[in-house]
Amino acid sequence: MKILDFLMRRSSAPVARDRLQILLAHERSGTGNAELINQLREEVLAVIAKHVSVDPEKVQIKMDRGSPISTLELEIEISGLPSAKAA
Amino acid sequence: MSKVLVVTSGKGGVGKTTTAAALSAALAGEGKKVAVVDFDVGLRNLDLIMGAERRVVFDLIDVINGDAKLSQALIKDKRIETLSLLPASQTRDKDALTEDGVNGVIEELKKSFDWIVCDSPAGIERGATLAMRHADVALVVTNPEISSVRDSDRIIGLLDSKTLKAETGGDIEKHLLLTRYDTRRASRGEMLKVEDVLDILSIPLLGVVPESEDVLKASNVGSPVTVSNPQSAAGMAYITAAKRLEGADLPLTAPTSRFGFLKFFGRRAAA
Repeated sequence: MKILDFLMRRSSAPVARDRLQILLAHERSGTGNAELINQLREEVLAVIAKHVSVDPEKVQIKMDRGSPISTLELEIEISGLPSAKAA
Repeated sequence: MSKVLVVTSGKGGVGKTTTAAALSAALAGEGKKVAVVDFDVGLRNLDLIMGAERRVVFDLIDVINGDAKLSQALIKDKRIETLSLLPASQTRDKDALTEDGVNGVIEELKKSFDWIVCDSPAGIERGATLAMRHADVALVVTNPEISSVRDSDRIIGLLDSKTLKAETGGDIEKHLLLTRYDTRRASRGEMLKVEDVLDILSIPLLGVVPESEDVLKASNVGSPVTVSNPQSAAGMAYITAAKRLEGADLPLTAPTSRFGFLKFFGRRAAA
Protein backbone atom coordinates (compact mmCIF):
# COMPACT_ATOMS: atom_id res chain seq x y z
CA MET A 1 0.00 0.00 0.00
CA LYS A 2 1.51 3.18 -1.19
CA ILE A 3 -0.08 5.48 1.37
CA LEU A 4 0.95 3.18 4.18
CA ASP A 5 4.52 3.07 2.90
CA PHE A 6 4.54 6.82 2.69
CA LEU A 7 3.39 7.17 6.28
CA MET A 8 5.79 4.50 7.50
CA ARG A 9 8.72 6.27 5.96
CA ARG A 10 7.87 9.40 7.88
CA SER A 11 7.87 7.71 11.25
CA SER A 12 11.07 9.04 12.73
CA ALA A 13 9.74 9.22 16.28
CA PRO A 14 10.18 5.47 16.98
CA VAL A 15 13.81 5.81 15.88
CA ALA A 16 14.24 8.69 18.33
CA ARG A 17 12.66 6.65 21.11
CA ASP A 18 14.89 3.63 20.49
CA ARG A 19 18.05 5.73 20.29
CA LEU A 20 17.17 7.44 23.54
CA GLN A 21 16.38 4.21 25.33
CA ILE A 22 19.72 2.68 24.42
CA LEU A 23 21.69 5.83 25.21
CA LEU A 24 20.03 6.46 28.55
CA ALA A 25 20.35 2.85 29.66
CA HIS A 26 24.10 3.31 29.33
CA GLU A 27 24.26 6.78 30.80
CA ARG A 28 22.30 5.71 33.85
CA SER A 29 24.39 2.62 34.48
CA GLY A 30 27.56 4.62 34.18
CA THR A 31 29.01 2.70 31.23
CA GLY A 32 28.88 5.90 29.26
CA ASN A 33 31.36 7.29 31.73
CA ALA A 34 34.51 8.56 30.05
CA GLU A 35 36.51 7.92 33.22
CA LEU A 36 35.59 4.27 33.16
CA ILE A 37 36.73 3.94 29.57
CA ASN A 38 40.01 5.67 30.41
CA GLN A 39 40.53 3.37 33.35
CA LEU A 40 39.76 0.28 31.29
CA ARG A 41 42.16 1.44 28.60
CA GLU A 42 44.96 2.07 31.06
CA GLU A 43 44.55 -1.21 32.87
CA VAL A 44 44.29 -3.28 29.70
CA LEU A 45 47.33 -1.52 28.26
CA ALA A 46 49.29 -2.12 31.45
CA VAL A 47 48.60 -5.83 31.24
CA ILE A 48 49.65 -6.03 27.60
CA ALA A 49 52.71 -3.86 28.18
CA LYS A 50 53.95 -6.45 30.67
CA HIS A 51 54.53 -8.81 27.79
CA VAL A 52 55.08 -6.71 24.69
CA SER A 53 56.18 -3.15 24.09
CA VAL A 54 53.29 -0.87 23.25
CA ASP A 55 53.46 2.59 21.79
CA PRO A 56 50.67 4.52 23.51
CA GLU A 57 50.32 6.65 20.40
CA LYS A 58 49.38 3.57 18.39
CA VAL A 59 46.30 2.58 20.31
CA GLN A 60 42.84 2.97 18.84
CA ILE A 61 39.86 2.87 21.16
CA LYS A 62 36.35 2.40 19.92
CA MET A 63 33.19 2.17 21.92
CA ASP A 64 29.89 1.02 20.54
CA ARG A 65 26.98 1.29 22.89
CA GLY A 66 24.30 -1.04 21.70
CA SER A 67 21.44 -3.09 22.91
CA PRO A 68 21.62 -5.73 24.29
CA ILE A 69 25.43 -5.65 24.17
CA SER A 70 28.09 -3.00 23.95
CA THR A 71 31.62 -3.43 22.75
CA LEU A 72 34.84 -1.82 23.75
CA GLU A 73 37.37 -2.30 21.00
CA LEU A 74 41.07 -1.76 21.63
CA GLU A 75 43.34 -1.91 18.63
CA ILE A 76 46.95 -2.02 19.75
CA GLU A 77 49.81 -1.96 17.34
CA ILE A 78 52.66 -4.05 18.68
CA SER A 79 56.15 -3.61 17.39
CA GLY A 80 57.33 -7.05 16.40
CA LEU A 81 56.03 -10.35 17.68
CA PRO A 82 56.64 -11.21 21.29
CA SER A 83 60.09 -12.63 21.64
CA ALA A 84 61.26 -15.49 23.81
CA LYS A 85 61.58 -13.22 26.81
CA ALA A 86 57.80 -12.90 27.01
CA ALA A 87 57.49 -16.56 27.73
CA MET B 1 3.53 25.59 54.83
CA SER B 2 5.32 27.15 51.93
CA LYS B 3 6.73 25.08 49.12
CA VAL B 4 9.81 25.62 47.02
CA LEU B 5 9.39 24.66 43.37
CA VAL B 6 12.25 24.52 40.88
CA VAL B 7 11.55 24.81 37.17
CA THR B 8 14.44 23.04 35.48
CA SER B 9 15.38 21.17 32.30
CA GLY B 10 19.08 20.94 31.61
CA LYS B 11 18.65 22.03 28.03
CA GLY B 12 18.09 25.66 27.14
CA GLY B 13 15.21 27.02 25.13
CA VAL B 14 12.64 24.41 26.15
CA GLY B 15 10.40 26.87 27.99
CA LYS B 16 11.63 27.09 31.59
CA THR B 17 11.19 30.84 31.92
CA THR B 18 7.87 30.82 30.05
CA THR B 19 6.73 28.05 32.37
CA ALA B 20 7.99 29.74 35.54
CA ALA B 21 6.12 32.93 34.59
CA ALA B 22 2.91 31.22 33.46
CA LEU B 23 2.71 28.83 36.42
CA SER B 24 3.56 31.50 38.99
CA ALA B 25 0.87 33.76 37.59
CA ALA B 26 -1.61 30.87 37.58
CA LEU B 27 -0.81 29.93 41.20
CA ALA B 28 -1.08 33.57 42.25
CA GLY B 29 -4.33 33.82 40.33
CA GLU B 30 -5.67 31.10 42.62
CA GLY B 31 -5.00 33.41 45.53
CA LYS B 32 -1.66 31.97 46.61
CA LYS B 33 1.22 34.23 47.57
CA VAL B 34 3.92 33.52 45.03
CA ALA B 35 7.51 34.71 44.68
CA VAL B 36 9.28 33.77 41.47
CA VAL B 37 13.07 33.94 41.56
CA ASP B 38 15.31 34.18 38.50
CA PHE B 39 18.54 32.20 39.02
CA ASP B 40 19.99 32.93 35.60
CA VAL B 41 22.68 35.36 36.73
CA GLY B 42 24.12 37.21 33.75
CA LEU B 43 21.32 36.20 31.38
CA ARG B 44 18.19 37.25 33.20
CA ASN B 45 14.98 37.12 31.19
CA LEU B 46 12.18 36.41 33.62
CA ASP B 47 11.75 40.17 34.18
CA LEU B 48 11.22 40.61 30.45
CA ILE B 49 8.77 37.72 30.11
CA MET B 50 6.79 39.14 33.04
CA GLY B 51 6.88 42.69 31.72
CA ALA B 52 8.81 44.07 34.69
CA GLU B 53 12.12 44.85 32.96
CA ARG B 54 11.83 48.58 33.53
CA ARG B 55 11.14 48.23 37.21
CA VAL B 56 14.26 46.30 38.22
CA VAL B 57 16.28 48.24 40.80
CA PHE B 58 17.91 45.58 42.96
CA ASP B 59 18.40 41.89 42.30
CA LEU B 60 19.08 38.52 43.90
CA ILE B 61 22.83 39.15 44.16
CA ASP B 62 22.25 42.53 45.84
CA VAL B 63 20.16 40.76 48.46
CA ILE B 64 22.75 38.01 48.93
CA ASN B 65 25.53 40.58 49.30
CA GLY B 66 23.48 42.61 51.75
CA ASP B 67 23.36 45.64 49.43
CA ALA B 68 19.58 45.59 49.40
CA LYS B 69 16.81 44.23 51.57
CA LEU B 70 14.69 41.45 50.15
CA SER B 71 11.62 43.68 50.33
CA GLN B 72 13.41 46.31 48.25
CA ALA B 73 14.42 43.85 45.56
CA LEU B 74 11.06 42.10 45.18
CA ILE B 75 8.98 43.55 42.35
CA LYS B 76 5.24 43.32 42.84
CA ASP B 77 3.34 42.32 39.74
CA LYS B 78 0.98 45.02 38.51
CA ARG B 79 -1.72 42.61 37.40
CA ILE B 80 -1.78 40.07 40.22
CA GLU B 81 -1.40 41.42 43.72
CA THR B 82 -0.08 38.22 45.28
CA LEU B 83 2.70 37.72 42.72
CA SER B 84 6.25 39.03 43.20
CA LEU B 85 9.41 38.69 41.16
CA LEU B 86 12.99 38.57 42.37
CA PRO B 87 15.16 39.28 39.33
CA ALA B 88 18.63 37.88 38.67
CA SER B 89 21.61 40.16 38.30
CA GLN B 90 22.51 41.00 34.73
CA THR B 91 26.02 42.24 35.38
CA ARG B 92 27.49 40.36 38.32
CA ASP B 93 29.67 37.34 38.21
CA LYS B 94 27.90 34.03 38.70
CA ASP B 95 30.26 33.25 41.59
CA ALA B 96 28.39 35.83 43.62
CA LEU B 97 25.65 33.22 43.90
CA THR B 98 26.60 31.34 47.06
CA GLU B 99 24.94 28.43 48.78
CA ASP B 100 24.59 30.29 52.09
CA GLY B 101 23.32 33.38 50.32
CA VAL B 102 20.66 31.47 48.41
CA ASN B 103 19.69 29.60 51.56
CA GLY B 104 19.16 32.88 53.40
CA VAL B 105 16.98 34.33 50.64
CA ILE B 106 14.84 31.20 50.35
CA GLU B 107 14.34 30.99 54.13
CA GLU B 108 13.27 34.62 54.23
CA LEU B 109 10.90 34.18 51.29
CA LYS B 110 9.32 31.19 53.03
CA LYS B 111 8.14 33.50 55.81
CA SER B 112 5.82 35.45 53.54
CA PHE B 113 5.02 33.31 50.50
CA ASP B 114 3.11 30.08 49.84
CA TRP B 115 5.10 29.20 46.76
CA ILE B 116 8.70 30.07 45.94
CA VAL B 117 9.24 29.31 42.27
CA CYS B 118 12.91 29.07 41.24
CA ASP B 119 13.54 29.59 37.55
CA SER B 120 16.71 27.62 36.84
CA PRO B 121 19.24 28.53 34.19
CA ALA B 122 20.06 25.93 31.54
CA GLY B 123 22.99 23.63 32.14
CA ILE B 124 24.18 21.79 35.23
CA GLU B 125 26.50 24.44 36.64
CA ARG B 126 26.28 26.41 39.84
CA GLY B 127 23.19 28.46 38.97
CA ALA B 128 21.22 25.35 38.07
CA THR B 129 22.36 23.32 41.08
CA LEU B 130 21.64 26.19 43.48
CA ALA B 131 18.21 26.75 41.93
CA MET B 132 17.28 23.13 42.69
CA ARG B 133 19.15 22.94 46.01
CA HIS B 134 16.25 23.87 48.32
CA ALA B 135 13.39 22.52 46.24
CA ASP B 136 10.56 20.45 47.68
CA VAL B 137 9.06 20.00 44.24
CA ALA B 138 10.77 19.91 40.86
CA LEU B 139 9.16 20.58 37.54
CA VAL B 140 11.19 19.11 34.70
CA VAL B 141 10.34 20.96 31.50
CA THR B 142 10.92 18.79 28.45
CA ASN B 143 10.32 19.11 24.72
CA PRO B 144 9.43 15.98 22.73
CA GLU B 145 12.86 15.97 21.18
CA ILE B 146 15.82 13.69 21.87
CA SER B 147 18.36 16.17 23.18
CA SER B 148 15.83 17.66 25.56
CA VAL B 149 14.79 14.23 26.88
CA ARG B 150 18.41 13.19 27.39
CA ASP B 151 19.19 16.38 29.31
CA SER B 152 16.06 15.96 31.40
CA ASP B 153 17.23 12.48 32.35
CA ARG B 154 20.51 13.96 33.53
CA ILE B 155 18.68 16.63 35.53
CA ILE B 156 16.47 14.00 37.18
CA GLY B 157 19.67 12.26 38.28
CA LEU B 158 20.91 15.51 39.83
CA LEU B 159 17.57 16.12 41.54
CA ASP B 160 17.90 12.68 43.13
CA SER B 161 21.45 13.27 44.34
CA LYS B 162 22.33 16.95 44.73
CA THR B 163 19.30 18.50 46.38
CA LEU B 164 19.04 19.03 50.14
CA LYS B 165 16.01 16.74 50.20
CA ALA B 166 17.91 13.94 48.50
CA GLU B 167 20.98 14.40 50.67
CA THR B 168 18.96 14.18 53.86
CA GLY B 169 17.38 10.92 52.76
CA GLY B 170 14.14 12.43 51.54
CA ASP B 171 12.49 12.16 48.19
CA ILE B 172 12.07 15.22 46.06
CA GLU B 173 8.68 15.36 44.36
CA LYS B 174 9.28 15.40 40.60
CA HIS B 175 6.89 16.21 37.79
CA LEU B 176 7.21 16.27 34.05
CA LEU B 177 5.84 19.14 31.99
CA LEU B 178 5.96 18.40 28.31
CA THR B 179 6.00 21.63 26.33
CA ARG B 180 5.82 22.56 22.65
CA TYR B 181 3.87 19.38 21.99
CA ASP B 182 2.24 18.92 18.62
CA THR B 183 -0.43 16.22 18.72
CA ARG B 184 -0.64 16.06 14.95
CA ARG B 185 3.05 15.50 14.42
CA ALA B 186 3.18 12.98 17.28
CA SER B 187 0.30 10.99 15.79
CA ARG B 188 2.04 10.98 12.42
CA GLY B 189 5.12 9.48 14.02
CA GLU B 190 7.19 12.60 13.45
CA MET B 191 7.48 13.53 17.10
CA LEU B 192 7.97 11.58 20.32
CA LYS B 193 4.61 10.87 21.92
CA VAL B 194 3.69 11.77 25.48
CA GLU B 195 3.83 8.06 26.36
CA ASP B 196 7.30 7.69 24.83
CA VAL B 197 8.71 10.50 26.96
CA LEU B 198 6.95 9.18 30.07
CA ASP B 199 8.29 5.67 29.42
CA ILE B 200 11.83 6.97 29.14
CA LEU B 201 11.89 9.46 32.00
CA SER B 202 9.58 7.58 34.40
CA ILE B 203 8.37 10.56 36.40
CA PRO B 204 4.71 11.53 36.74
CA LEU B 205 3.22 13.86 34.17
CA LEU B 206 1.92 17.20 35.42
CA GLY B 207 0.78 18.51 32.08
CA VAL B 208 1.22 18.84 28.35
CA VAL B 209 1.51 22.31 26.89
CA PRO B 210 0.83 22.38 23.17
CA GLU B 211 3.01 24.26 20.73
CA SER B 212 1.17 27.55 20.53
CA GLU B 213 1.45 30.91 18.86
CA ASP B 214 0.01 32.45 21.98
CA VAL B 215 3.20 31.78 23.94
CA LEU B 216 5.29 34.04 21.69
CA LYS B 217 2.53 36.63 21.63
CA ALA B 218 2.53 36.62 25.42
CA SER B 219 6.28 37.11 25.65
CA ASN B 220 6.10 39.88 23.04
CA VAL B 221 3.89 41.91 25.32
CA GLY B 222 5.53 40.87 28.59
CA SER B 223 2.60 39.07 30.09
CA PRO B 224 2.50 35.40 31.18
CA VAL B 225 0.28 33.42 28.82
CA THR B 226 -1.97 32.50 31.75
CA VAL B 227 -2.69 36.22 32.17
CA SER B 228 -2.68 37.51 28.60
CA ASN B 229 -4.64 34.62 27.15
CA PRO B 230 -5.95 32.22 29.82
CA GLN B 231 -8.43 30.75 27.36
CA SER B 232 -5.76 29.66 24.89
CA ALA B 233 -4.73 26.01 24.80
CA ALA B 234 -1.35 26.83 26.33
CA GLY B 235 -2.92 29.09 28.95
CA MET B 236 -5.41 26.41 29.95
CA ALA B 237 -2.71 23.76 30.09
CA TYR B 238 -0.67 25.89 32.50
CA ILE B 239 -3.69 26.76 34.64
CA THR B 240 -4.59 23.06 34.91
CA ALA B 241 -0.97 22.26 35.75
CA ALA B 242 -1.00 24.88 38.52
CA LYS B 243 -4.18 23.42 39.99
CA ARG B 244 -2.71 19.93 39.87
CA LEU B 245 0.39 21.21 41.67
CA GLU B 246 -1.92 22.51 44.36
CA GLY B 247 -3.25 19.00 44.70
CA ALA B 248 -6.44 19.28 42.67
CA ASP B 249 -7.52 15.97 41.22
CA LEU B 250 -7.98 17.16 37.67
CA PRO B 251 -7.60 15.05 34.56
CA LEU B 252 -4.79 15.93 32.20
CA THR B 253 -6.12 18.08 29.42
CA ALA B 254 -4.50 16.55 26.40
CA PRO B 255 -4.21 19.07 23.62
CA THR B 256 -6.77 18.10 21.03
CA SER B 257 -6.09 18.08 17.35
CA ARG B 258 -8.52 19.43 14.83
CA PHE B 259 -7.48 16.51 12.70
CA GLY B 260 -8.82 13.64 14.70
CA PHE B 261 -8.86 11.26 11.77
CA LEU B 262 -5.17 11.88 11.07
CA LYS B 263 -4.38 10.99 14.63
CA PHE B 264 -6.16 7.68 14.25
CA PHE B 265 -4.67 7.01 10.85
CA GLY B 266 -1.17 7.87 12.04
CA ARG B 267 -1.42 5.48 14.93
CA ARG B 268 -2.49 2.64 12.69
CA ALA B 269 0.27 3.34 10.25
CA ALA B 270 2.88 3.35 12.97
CA ALA B 271 1.64 0.08 14.43
